[in-house]
Amino acid sequence: MATAIQMPALSPTMKEGKITRWLKKEGDKISSGEAIAECETDKSNLEIEAYEDGYLLAVTVKEGESAPVGAPIGFIGQKGEKVDVKAAAPAPAPAPAPAPEAPRPAPAAQVVPIRPAAAASPPPPPPPPSPAPSGRVFASPLARKMAHDQGLDLAVLQGSGPAGRIVKRDVEAALSKGPAPRAPVPAPVAGRRQPEVLPLSTMRKVIAQRMAEVKPGVPHFYLTIEVEMDEALKIREEAKALESKVSVNDIVIKAAAVALRRSPKMNRTFQGDHVLQHQNVDVGMAVAVEDGLITPVILDADQKTLGQISAEARELAERARRRALKPQEYSGGTIAVSNLGMYGIDSFVAVINPPHASILAVGTVAERAVVRSGQLSVRKMMSVTLSGDHRVIDGALGAEYLRELKALLEHPMRLLF
Amino acid sequence: MPEIMYREALNQALAEEMERDRRVFLIGEEVGKYQGAFKVSQGLLDRFGSARVVDAPISELGFTGLGIGAAMIGLRPVVEMMTWNFAILAMDQIVNNAAKLRHMSGGQLRCPIVFRGPGGAGGRLSSQHSQALESNYTNFPGLKVIAPATPADAKGMLKSAIRDENPVVMFEGERLYALKGEVPEGEHLVPLGKADVKREGKDVTFITWSRMYYFCEQAAQELQKEGISAEILDLRTLRPLDEEAIVASVKKTNRAVVVEEGWPHSGVGAQVVDVIQSRAFDWLDAPVLRVTGLDVNMSYAANLENATQPDAEKIKAAAKKVLYVEKQ
Repeated sequence: MATAIQMPALSPTMKEGKITRWLKKEGDKISSGEAIAECETDKSNLEIEAYEDGYLLAVTVKEGESAPVGAPIGFIGQKGEKVDVKAAAPAPAPAPAPAPEAPRPAPAAQVVPIRPAAAASPPPPPPPPSPAPSGRVFASPLARKMAHDQGLDLAVLQGSGPAGRIVKRDVEAALSKGPAPRAPVPAPVAGRRQPEVLPLSTMRKVIAQRMAEVKPGVPHFYLTIEVEMDEALKIREEAKALESKVSVNDIVIKAAAVALRRSPKMNRTFQGDHVLQHQNVDVGMAVAVEDGLITPVILDADQKTLGQISAEARELAERARRRALKPQEYSGGTIAVSNLGMYGIDSFVAVINPPHASILAVGTVAERAVVRSGQLSVRKMMSVTLSGDHRVIDGALGAEYLRELKALLEHPMRLLF
Repeated sequence: MPEIMYREALNQALAEEMERDRRVFLIGEEVGKYQGAFKVSQGLLDRFGSARVVDAPISELGFTGLGIGAAMIGLRPVVEMMTWNFAILAMDQIVNNAAKLRHMSGGQLRCPIVFRGPGGAGGRLSSQHSQALESNYTNFPGLKVIAPATPADAKGMLKSAIRDENPVVMFEGERLYALKGEVPEGEHLVPLGKADVKREGKDVTFITWSRMYYFCEQAAQELQKEGISAEILDLRTLRPLDEEAIVASVKKTNRAVVVEEGWPHSGVGAQVVDVIQSRAFDWLDAPVLRVTGLDVNMSYAANLENATQPDAEKIKAAAKKVLYVEKQ
């Protein structure tokens, strides 16, 4: 009698696994304890072992495909035995791991069994009802329609129906909370490159899912860095000599764009079930208008000269205040710069403007006492705080980006390279 | 408006139509001297005579065929089945002649005829006499199938059926005959093919017909106390289906429970669900559920008989399920 080989739970938080390689092929003899496939989980790559002797009769999850924990990935049985793969319907979504009854004292030393299914680690908290492990968002047809009509991204919602199904009341609750995370409205611009669609890796999927559970909507994280602006400010003097006007903000936009070009992973946006890798570097700039705020976008800011950026920024801001922007001028982009320096704000955190993946909150440039080579000195300092969408960007990536941005602003000559 | 019984409403419809149109006559077992097995034809023999109220021998296939022949040559027969359980014998005439003559003759023949009688479980009559057979007849093009729940609809729809140019199969409720309700006196026509919102609601729609309407009403009243507002759509006509009414109600409430007395397999409710999924998919917030008779033959034992049939509790449970207020 053929039995199904189930996708094992290789980590406490694993909901699905991706078969990266089959080590056995159909018809191969396998013995208990033998590794039969390699699997990528949310944490790492592990081997799947056979739990019984027999022959691998069928492989139902091919290399590169994913399956939820508990779902059959293949069948094992007697040599030559026929297995009706189609009749063996996919296993239902596994029940969530039972919660520990009470916190147990950790044993002094834990014996780590060889089988990864029992990998030792603290028991996980009971998983809340969450989207199906396959990564597909389950929603009622009505909820889908409502979300589509309202431009709401279903992937950020938590469903209250059976098995986490998103139903009408969940969408209503999300809509009543205020501005919805808008689905992207890509503005076609002639001669520009379409973003590339990247499938979510298992790990990225789990991160996105868990971050959105903890912080519904766009799960923000924040990183702050201090930038010495003495060199950057010299650019302004140079510009004046050329009878051109360049603001600190223009320089920040330029640097943010160049840094983004150098950190392409920052130039991505989260789209629910996939990620868009943008090919152009488009930077939004928050402009305060009467009774509101709007974020016009400077397209291809990394390709433009400071003079061009400066002129375009002034022109966009002026039209923004007159409410004369066209929709395609304030949609798109992956990052925005919000500057409250002119108000004397030292530092602040900004809210990401969806579908962007990050925003830079730029504070005032002020003289500060800093220590350089053991000496107290006075420098013009500016604080930059990055808010990142944790579904698509992680802390280390954001930190790398900020380091690059800081280097560009402190050594603005590098903007020329 | 006077309150009269369902059987009296049918009697009014028959008498009024026989009065209005000399071509209308009634034929069936015990319809004359005995005044009808369920007293629907009370007084009609005295009033219209034995040429128009015809006692037939126990021969369903025979007198059904006789009625169809009469319809073909211009009369407007009403054929009474003592119950639809017995009419299974006459199904060949209904399906192969009544339903098809107009089409097969290229419109040269017409068959304006009404087949009527009680359906559904009677109450401890066991499996051969406790069947809701309406779904069978809805399968055939060429037939109209009606199943009114209230005395007023019974009167108005029987009158419309008698005036219809096509064969109409009418399911009355064996347990509805003694039920009282307000019925307009004199001319009262209810169009065929039109469903009726019997109760307005906003959270879930019960789609039903015939006796099941009353269980839906009971369920709706009890749900109201729990803050759930149920709408009841009484289909009244099972073929042709009032798809517009079904779609409109589902668009309003986003959830539906279809309640029918008969068996689930290939029941009218399955057809209703198909209408909903194909025409109101984007308005559904939950799968459409059905409450039906269980998929077994009816038992004689009272407890098993009750367990086999839909009731308010089962309907309430289904409503809570589609409203996601109860554990799945």
